[in-house]
Amino acid sequence: MHRVVITGAGSINPLGANVPQTLEAMREGRCGIGPLDIRDADRLSIQIGGQIKGYDEAAHFNRQQIALYDRFTQFTLLAAREAIGQSGLTFSGDLADYSGVVLGTSGGGLNTQDENYRAVYEEGKNRVHPFIVPKLMNNAAASHVSMEWKLRGPSFTVATACASSNHAMGQAFSMIRSGMAKVMVTGGSEAMLCFGGIKAWEGLRVMSKDGCRPFSATRNGMVQGEGAGVFVFEEYEHAKARGAEILCEVAGFAMSSDASDIVMPSKQGAARAISGAMKDAKIDPRDVGYINAHGTGTAANDKTECAAVADVFGAHADRLMISSTKSMHGHLIGGTGAVELLACIMAVRDGVIAPTIGYEEPDPECALDVVPNEARDATVDVVLSNAFAFGGLNAVIALKRHQ
Amino acid sequence: MNTKDQVIAIIAEQAMLEPSDVKMEHTLEDLGIDSLGLVESIFAIEETFDISVPFNANDPQASAFDISSVAAIVAAVTQLKSEQHG
Repeated sequence: MHRVVITGAGSINPLGANVPQTLEAMREGRCGIGPLDIRDADRLSIQIGGQIKGYDEAAHFNRQQIALYDRFTQFTLLAAREAIGQSGLTFSGDLADYSGVVLGTSGGGLNTQDENYRAVYEEGKNRVHPFIVPKLMNNAAASHVSMEWKLRGPSFTVATACASSNHAMGQAFSMIRSGMAKVMVTGGSEAMLCFGGIKAWEGLRVMSKDGCRPFSATRNGMVQGEGAGVFVFEEYEHAKARGAEILCEVAGFAMSSDASDIVMPSKQGAARAISGAMKDAKIDPRDVGYINAHGTGTAANDKTECAAVADVFGAHADRLMISSTKSMHGHLIGGTGAVELLACIMAVRDGVIAPTIGYEEPDPECALDVVPNEARDATVDVVLSNAFAFGGLNAVIALKRHQ
Repeated sequence: MNTKDQVIAIIAEQAMLEPSDVKMEHTLEDLGIDSLGLVESIFAIEETFDISVPFNANDPQASAFDISSVAAIVAAVTQLKSEQHG
């Protein structure tokens, strides 16, 4: 079995246009959630979101590219550019053949679908742009990354709702560990903040109208965000031989299925994924210092997640820290695990634990150290990142400090 | 159908029961309606009566809409109809 390390990270999300900006915002506990600036927002009952403000696609891409790149693909490419740039890798020959792209997304090109359904249904047009299909397809982002950086190995897209990115990164990890690939570009992206995207979520009645306050007794639902996180996962010996800067080690991964309900989470399913990731990483639960929670801010998730952590860790649950950065960037659905992995890297590499902001009042059902409102300095060697999706599909990643 | 019968018909359909088996004192739990069924019932109520029901699934008790029994739901719908349609 090969060891896997991370040698590049990139992102664009409501907290920043790159990784340094994002980590600075997380350290400062800044909130990226605000009023939604989208067409027909006045007809929505949920009018807030973690939107990337001031984004100008024409500043990054030319006319031909924009015709092919949905917003979720654009976010992916910007994040990939930062991550691959940091890794210092170029892909040719054998390395290109043994390197690929696995990305998560839930909605894919949802803005493209929304705009074009509008054109044909609302505006009564009988013709749409010829590239709508290649623009909206869920694998568009993974394909464009493979094309731009000439990654000729295994590439595909994973869609498991809110766990898509974690499932994608788990696949990338397993492929390098097994020897199937040398380098994998992985993570996820989501751009669901359009009228249809929000309207669909409204229907479930789990969205907050005023903010995301995970674990706080005053929480009243989730808030959607958008953006991407992309990482370069690399086989350890390969990274070492070329003298690459190693951000951290990917130590383990596990997934589980609740096999019970299409929306309600299960404590047992979550607990099996958490303990499975530690077992896979061969780490002692007592060595886990921080968990980046799924922490959506819904009543159901937060209490189920805390109960699962308490079950898995026993007395150690009171000694570890667990925070939800969704309080700052919102729920990026299929991209969320990727952006949240940045907080995990910050924890093991920089010794800074991102806070759960918006925390107002303790909830006895979430009685853990949720790092309320302010970031904390702490040395942690092992961290976990939780993702629990609708449909009961769970994926947990374990990271280790690289020494 | 009056409001009461329409609400009962919606709840009965959700519970997969005959309307005659739904009693005013029943709770949604008695009828086997879970949180997802409740959200779907509220949608059906909004569509049927052309009203907007204030309800957050994260905290059903805190919502202004009383769902403690079939009778409470009928009363709440009647109230919302008069508020929203005059």
